[in-house]
Amino acid sequence: MRYLPLTPADRATMLARIGVDNIDALFCDVPAEALQAGPIAGLPGHASEMAVERHMGRLAGENLSAGAAPFFLGAGAYKHHIPASVDHLIQRGEFLTAYTPYQPEIAQGTLQVLFEFQTQVARLLGTDIANASLYDGSTACWEAIAMAHRVTKRKKSILTGGLHPHYVATAQTMARFTDDVLVAQAPVLSGDAEDAAIIAAIDGETSAVVVQYPDILGRIPDLAAIAAAAQAHGALLIAVVTEPVALGLLEAPGALGADIVVGEGQSLGVGLQFGGPYLGLFGCREKFLRQIPGRLCGETLDAEGRRSFVLTLSTREQHIRREKATSNICTNSGLCALAFSIHVSLLGGAGLERLARINHGKAQALAAAVAAIPGVSVLNDAYFNEFTVILPKDAREVVDALAAKDILGGVPLGRLYAETPALANGLLLTATECTSDEDIAALVAALKEVL
Amino acid sequence: MNAPNASGWRPEMGEAGAILPATVSGDHGLNLEEKLIFELAAPGTYGVDFDDADVAPAPALGKFLRKAAPALPGLTEPEVVRHYTRLSRQNYAIDLGPFPLGSCTMKHNPRLNEKVARMAGFADVHPLQPTQTVQGALKVITQLADWLMALTGMPAVAMTPKAGAHGELCGLLCIRAALTARGEERPVVLVPESAHGTNPATAAFAGFRVENIPATEDGRVDVAALTARLGPDIAGVMITNPNTCGLFERDLKTISDAVHAAGGYVYCDGANFNAIVGKVRPGDLGVDAMHINLHKTFSTPHGGGGPGSGPVVLSEALAPFAPLPFATLDADGVAHLVEEGDAHDHGHPNSFGRMTAFHGQMGMFTRALTYILSHGADGLRQVSEDAVLNANYILRELEDVLDAPFAAYGPCMHEALFSDNGMAEGFSTLDIAKGLIDEGFHPMTVYFPLVVHGAMLVEPTETESKAGTDRLIASMRSLAERGRAGDVTLKSAPHYTPRRRVDETLAARKPKLVWKD
Repeated sequence: MRYLPLTPADRATMLARIGVDNIDALFCDVPAEALQAGPIAGLPGHASEMAVERHMGRLAGENLSAGAAPFFLGAGAYKHHIPASVDHLIQRGEFLTAYTPYQPEIAQGTLQVLFEFQTQVARLLGTDIANASLYDGSTACWEAIAMAHRVTKRKKSILTGGLHPHYVATAQTMARFTDDVLVAQAPVLSGDAEDAAIIAAIDGETSAVVVQYPDILGRIPDLAAIAAAAQAHGALLIAVVTEPVALGLLEAPGALGADIVVGEGQSLGVGLQFGGPYLGLFGCREKFLRQIPGRLCGETLDAEGRRSFVLTLSTREQHIRREKATSNICTNSGLCALAFSIHVSLLGGAGLERLARINHGKAQALAAAVAAIPGVSVLNDAYFNEFTVILPKDAREVVDALAAKDILGGVPLGRLYAETPALANGLLLTATECTSDEDIAALVAALKEVL
Repeated sequence: MNAPNASGWRPEMGEAGAILPATVSGDHGLNLEEKLIFELAAPGTYGVDFDDADVAPAPALGKFLRKAAPALPGLTEPEVVRHYTRLSRQNYAIDLGPFPLGSCTMKHNPRLNEKVARMAGFADVHPLQPTQTVQGALKVITQLADWLMALTGMPAVAMTPKAGAHGELCGLLCIRAALTARGEERPVVLVPESAHGTNPATAAFAGFRVENIPATEDGRVDVAALTARLGPDIAGVMITNPNTCGLFERDLKTISDAVHAAGGYVYCDGANFNAIVGKVRPGDLGVDAMHINLHKTFSTPHGGGGPGSGPVVLSEALAPFAPLPFATLDADGVAHLVEEGDAHDHGHPNSFGRMTAFHGQMGMFTRALTYILSHGADGLRQVSEDAVLNANYILRELEDVLDAPFAAYGPCMHEALFSDNGMAEGFSTLDIAKGLIDEGFHPMTVYFPLVVHGAMLVEPTETESKAGTDRLIASMRSLAERGRAGDVTLKSAPHYTPRRRVDETLAARKPKLVWKD
């Protein structure tokens, strides 16, 4: 077995040193009836690298990858070009095979990356501070709601209609087991982002109002107005960003008054990966510092007075506080944070703005092209790189028909809102820098055929 | 004047002797300092080229358009590659040497796993593509699920939890849902004193009250105390097996039977599954739920602190409440993804809900399945046997110089536990750990579990050769002897690292979490 260095002679020598006759003597605490006499029955034995690669390659071949087809999906996961250097750097063994940096003297590489990551995230989101990442956007969103409740001592949060339904469902799962109250607004097919309905729902018992920016339908809510309304009621605004590339063109949520900004960082450096692992972004006001969930990296000095970095404020965390911790989270999304940070370092603010302009321009071209198809209309008043179109029939059928032509034609709202027939004809379309004019032409031609 | 070397060569090196000159750069040969990226970058610079044809029209964003580009530094590609490569050299990693961090299972990360995860059919597929275009991806999930169920002897598995603690949450939410379905309120979860901190934190997050249960002298759960506490208010127990002292809970089946008889459920923390994979099926011990850290037992890389992946195997009693979505194969071999809209039609109407967007840590599933297929049932059995063998070898080789509180009660499993009893006045576990860094090793887990004074938990894993383990043992023996003798040079360790001991108090007292101009 290529990954097991001990030889039979080593094993015999070591057993003799321990003073036992056979390996099962070391498993003597396992009840005899629970100890397997040999390899577990019915399972295959070991396989060569070539055989395993062949098996996995066949499974990979059963998937139509985004890069192999005209591709228009988004809804919380986006296809962007990842510079080759990103994947090369994250595969350096010193990053890939390191553990959580609990021994700072031999983990300054990871720690400095996390400090730089926190700074990049805070600047991108427009917040004072940021943490060293959480699992993904959906779990970060729930952690923000839970933190808002700790800060405001209020129990009710409003999940606005434009919040990704998976994020809504994730929060609802958790709230059912705590005594939190979540008011989930239903999404409505309107061109504006329903700002008036959001503001009207905020009252004196509201802990937080959770607003996605741009929202699930691609619309852009007026965060400044919502923040002002929340503040007037002593409530917090939690902004949720599922497409961070948008912040190359849109004002940062923190700058518009959001108290907590969470996001999904997958767009930058991480890749689609069929849904995970992704990267939870979490930024907030500095005054909430000791209520933040997850790991934090801080600057300090070493014994010789040199600038150093170290995990800090761990008294919030589960390994110290146990049942009184701010969160049960132990792992962050370290390697994905590294990938994000490298990609952001390559882009810088100027590159991110250029990338965002190209995304927005592609989406404008896509919208103009599909709006010209008889029976198809674009819903949004404003959008970044993703928008909703209304089709003359159920979008799920249309997307299946497009898939039969090897076109990955967007996310039907029926996939996200199976129990809301009023949304069934809605289709989410996304364009990024990866979208070509040929892709758009192929989609338009195919849509004309299937509608 | 310097002395001749072994070959008799005596280079002309002047008379300055041992005085090391300061350097202008601040670097010292291959010991390279690296500034923060914010100190290196110039505004307006970036390291990607866009297609010239992609000149976007004016944004149609009205009042939402930002006034200025984000204040993020950018660098060209050569500068970025150099920045991160220089930083990488300040990290210790498994690829550099043994990483015997107890309870963390830092084993070799096979590179085939990385290659497979990067196949376009896995890396470049969107989670919401029509399922007919992702049949292979869904089959990766079902094949891995089948292996996890077979290896644990459990009838169901929830694949979506994103890490071990998320898996714990999944298991406890299943228990909550099962109790609710029975119409019972059981507010208390029992947790041993030696448990990982995530256990009580998770139980509290899931709305339970936590009560500790004591350990016996030989490092196991006190069965009598536990069974005496069982009753109608107990939702269940959370037990780690093998436990955090590296010992097998030999009475787990008895405990499970007692808990079940009292109407409760048994959650097993599977962090230490590497000790028993292929040898013992937790399902045979009466477990109702157990998370499996794919980043431990199944070698997906830790990456400096994640991502993890924590699928949870479930008993018949808890399976109906498992989260959505999940992948399943029908009789014709067609894979389906069961989501909110069709859970009822697929016979799963009682799910407690969704724990995350999309379907779990797919990138970890492809790596873990690759690892499992490489080993097969025979290889995985060898994994646990070699892991346990390496740990017991360390225990036996060091028990004369390091206090091993449970060694008298029999062998350990995959990790050897020592205490700092016997060290000279003023010397403790921390000094041994920092001394080990100077010796070129990552330290063992220190001060955990809490039930042992100055705990040192050493987990070599199966991917350490005998020669590598012997080197580790020789260094640990030397450090133990220096600690017992009160060698003052140990107090100032580490000496040979990019940074010396760092001021954690300063970091916490004056938190500085972001760089400011």
